[in-house]
Amino acid sequence: MSAPEVTVIEDIRPLIAFVAPLIGVIGIAWAGEKRKNLRETFTFLVATIQASVVLSMVPILLSGSIIEFQIWQMFTHVPLLLRVDGFGLLFACVASLLWIATTVYAIGYMRGLHEHAQTRFYSFFAISLSATIGVAFSANLLTIYFFYEMLSVSTFPLVTHMQDKDARTGGRTYLGYLLFTSLCLLLPAMSWCYVWLDGGTVTMDFLADTGKVGAFSQTTQIVLLALFTFGFAKAGIMPLHSWLPGAMVAPTPVSALLHAVAVVKVGVFCVIRVYSDIFGIQVLQELDGEDWMIGLACATILISSLIALSQDNLKRRLAFSTIGQLGYVVLGATLATEQGVGGSVLHIAMHACGKITLFFCAGAIFVASGKKYVSELRGLGRKMPITMGAFMIGSLSVIGLPPLGGFISKWYLALGALDRDMTWVVVVLLVSSLLNVFYLLPVAVTAFFRDPDDDKETGMKEAPMACVVPLAITAIGCFVLFFFAEPILHLVGLSK
Amino acid sequence: MMENAIAWILIFPLFGSVACAILGMGNKKLCYPIAVLSMAGSLWGGIETLRQVIASEVHTVSYIFGGWTLDNYPRGVGIEFHADILGILITLVVLGVGFIVAIYSKLPVQDETPNKESLFYTLFLLQITGLAGICLTGDAFNLYVLIEVAALTGYGLIAMGSKRAEAATFNYVILGTIGASLYLLGVGYIYIKTGTLNMVGIHDVIVANGLADSATMQVAFVLVGIGILIKMAFFPFHAWLPNAYCNAPTVTSSLLAPLVTKVMIYVMIRMVLSVFGVEFSFESTLWVDVMPWLVVVAIICAAVMALAQREIKRMLAYLIVAEVGYMVGGVWIYNYYGLIGSIFHVISDACMTLCLFLGAGLILRKAKTTHFDGLRGLFSKMPLTMTGFFIGGFSIIGLPPTCGFFSKWYLITGGMVSQRWEYMVVLMFSTMVMVVLFFRLIERIHLAVSESGENLGHGHGDLGLTKEQTRFDEGPLSMLIPLLLAATVVLVVGIYNQDIVNLIEIFLDEFNLPKGVSH
Repeated sequence: MSAPEVTVIEDIRPLIAFVAPLIGVIGIAWAGEKRKNLRETFTFLVATIQASVVLSMVPILLSGSIIEFQIWQMFTHVPLLLRVDGFGLLFACVASLLWIATTVYAIGYMRGLHEHAQTRFYSFFAISLSATIGVAFSANLLTIYFFYEMLSVSTFPLVTHMQDKDARTGGRTYLGYLLFTSLCLLLPAMSWCYVWLDGGTVTMDFLADTGKVGAFSQTTQIVLLALFTFGFAKAGIMPLHSWLPGAMVAPTPVSALLHAVAVVKVGVFCVIRVYSDIFGIQVLQELDGEDWMIGLACATILISSLIALSQDNLKRRLAFSTIGQLGYVVLGATLATEQGVGGSVLHIAMHACGKITLFFCAGAIFVASGKKYVSELRGLGRKMPITMGAFMIGSLSVIGLPPLGGFISKWYLALGALDRDMTWVVVVLLVSSLLNVFYLLPVAVTAFFRDPDDDKETGMKEAPMACVVPLAITAIGCFVLFFFAEPILHLVGLSK
Repeated sequence: MMENAIAWILIFPLFGSVACAILGMGNKKLCYPIAVLSMAGSLWGGIETLRQVIASEVHTVSYIFGGWTLDNYPRGVGIEFHADILGILITLVVLGVGFIVAIYSKLPVQDETPNKESLFYTLFLLQITGLAGICLTGDAFNLYVLIEVAALTGYGLIAMGSKRAEAATFNYVILGTIGASLYLLGVGYIYIKTGTLNMVGIHDVIVANGLADSATMQVAFVLVGIGILIKMAFFPFHAWLPNAYCNAPTVTSSLLAPLVTKVMIYVMIRMVLSVFGVEFSFESTLWVDVMPWLVVVAIICAAVMALAQREIKRMLAYLIVAEVGYMVGGVWIYNYYGLIGSIFHVISDACMTLCLFLGAGLILRKAKTTHFDGLRGLFSKMPLTMTGFFIGGFSIIGLPPTCGFFSKWYLITGGMVSQRWEYMVVLMFSTMVMVVLFFRLIERIHLAVSESGENLGHGHGDLGLTKEQTRFDEGPLSMLIPLLLAATVVLVVGIYNQDIVNLIEIFLDEFNLPKGVSH
């Protein structure tokens, strides 16, 4: 998404950010179950190293350069190339910073519940984050595919962590959807581009090859667009969304970081990459059937919100909410205007911060009281004021009220829709925000204003500090992000 | 010694086998070191020959045994070894697999075929001689002889397995002999028409005399083709393979499964490209139209049969049949990328099948069973073994960066270029089946759930097993290291695929293959 005339700097830092967690896994596995504190120190250390390496690249990007690093030559024309541009760096920042918060949270959660196989848990968590950073820094289609698959496989042990019947069902849905789409839709679509463009010499680079698919016929372009949109099923576009509620069997730190931030955002990140860097805004605007994709994104937003209304299980309700919010991101990309794509990019960050807060709260409630269902939460606000307060803030951010981050991204999305003269999209956005109010606010309201079932226990009973501190921080983050929209857009290179 | 490297490839295992037979009778402990050393020597010869082939201007090394001459027309009657890039690459695969299996063989051979070590290693080394010879020979009749050398030793090696192995071997003998006889008959027709048995000579005569439309040659092509298809276990001629590989001793199946079918694919590519020639094979026969559809049927049937298995080795055997379909398809979709995919898949499939069979051998040794029901908790019991095994599995599925991804990529590209959609769809289908197969295995090992979906443990990762059953207990190092070596090879071949594909491209550039239209 950066302008083509930027200077390119060769630097190994993107590789370090990718490899650091992989090396960390050795330490985590070596420390093992017997040296718990050492193991968690390693996780925290690796997360911090990754985040600081990622952050250290921000000044370079702000000075108008991009960073590249070639790992190896995959095919004659296609290198496995890492490139840090504004969009990728933003996503990497979000993922790696939230990983630090999740690390702390996971310590509280996993120890609080006396979970088994924590070494496995932390190891695969680190591998997943490594793959996420890989996706964020990929420079071409095949590279992104590599890390995308790595992420699918490395999250499987996390999803099936409970190792019981539900885990099996969830794991099967998870891998079934993700691998089916990536192997059967994505691979042919990629192969099609690589074979038929430029006589088979194209690298599908996100910078150099933007808009080249415009050489295909309109029908082919539409088919390709559909294959890519559905192929990156991690984006959760309906009807390929069922894996996400299924994956909720995983422990909550996994749901929080991976299934509200890393994995699903990798999906929409890839979709945005394809829309804005493979097709390009101009090609998309000239494409006739592209309105269908806008309609599909809108349908996803509305339907998932309606389903979320009917869910009593808190995590499942949040999962359907996530599907809807991912729809926003895809919607922004399909609008194919600068404002729309800007809204998508912002929404990745805003929603990440809001939704991870909500999941953290859901997990904290489970650790402190063992409650999973919305209907059980009556009066819980008195026992867990910090948690439920954070939940309230997260809800408001996801709904999109100022002064919280979620407002800004929705604002840009609406502007993008108006740029295309699509008033009905704005109506969809409004209706969906209303639905968000209906399914999110009652949770906090029940907790604060309804009397508890049993009055026996009084006084505060919060989750362990390690759980409460991260969720408070991310809740504050929702406020902070409201004021940081301009710098983010500047980093991504879309600001006027 | 350097200039004879190509001969040393065969001399090492050939004389090694004689040494095993003679010295092994006295002291059976000598057999293992002899086998490993001969394989190491042979591997050295292979690498040296590869160096020579790459260095030579025409990218071939020709070596004539016994002082014959090739100056006559048509080209010579004597035995010529004709190593071009394709031949030496596949030879190296044979030698590499042979070397790794030789290291691996120490304990399984002692335990599974006690007091037959001398016999076993004699046949083992002769098998390598036969397979490597097939890849190197430049003579169509000599090829038949070496096919029979490989086949006969293979029968012996398989029959040493369990009780049921004898029946399986008998089945194999019958089908193998039919295949080889058809091939020989075809070679007879070729000799009648061209007056030579030398592969280069045959091709020269076909081109010079315009034999493309000759009925005799057409019949020869069909006979040779079907003979090879039977030998490579192409569906529906696969019936001999699953039983033979399942009931054979561990070392035998680890050696034969990666090599035999793959070497026969090599023979098909050799016959199609070098002997009959591109024009003859692809333009003047109906095979191009028919074969891709047969491949579709073959892959679907083999994949579905693999799904029905509840035992690792049996499942792998059907996977091999499906993989054979991939490679045959890659040849007959008739274009440059399909053939790159096919040849690269020969190499990568040998590596990953080796990985899987070595892993299955270790599982059998430690868990006492390879049935799906006995696998629970193996991740905690033998983590390294399972890692190696599943690297092979991921390669079969085609996940990057294993070599399986790259070969599949080239095959799909080939299907795309030739617009054989049926082939592409079936590749996708079988990929999904492989996903199911291997992740089902992971489920059975990782989860505490029975096949019908009942919880077996008490939650929190309890697998319903005793501490004893899940304690860390890896196999012996002499078996584990070869497995991890094979897994590393799977990754290295994937990561350095570009170098191998460059070599394959040098080989394929000699032929006039369609590369697809560019817009």
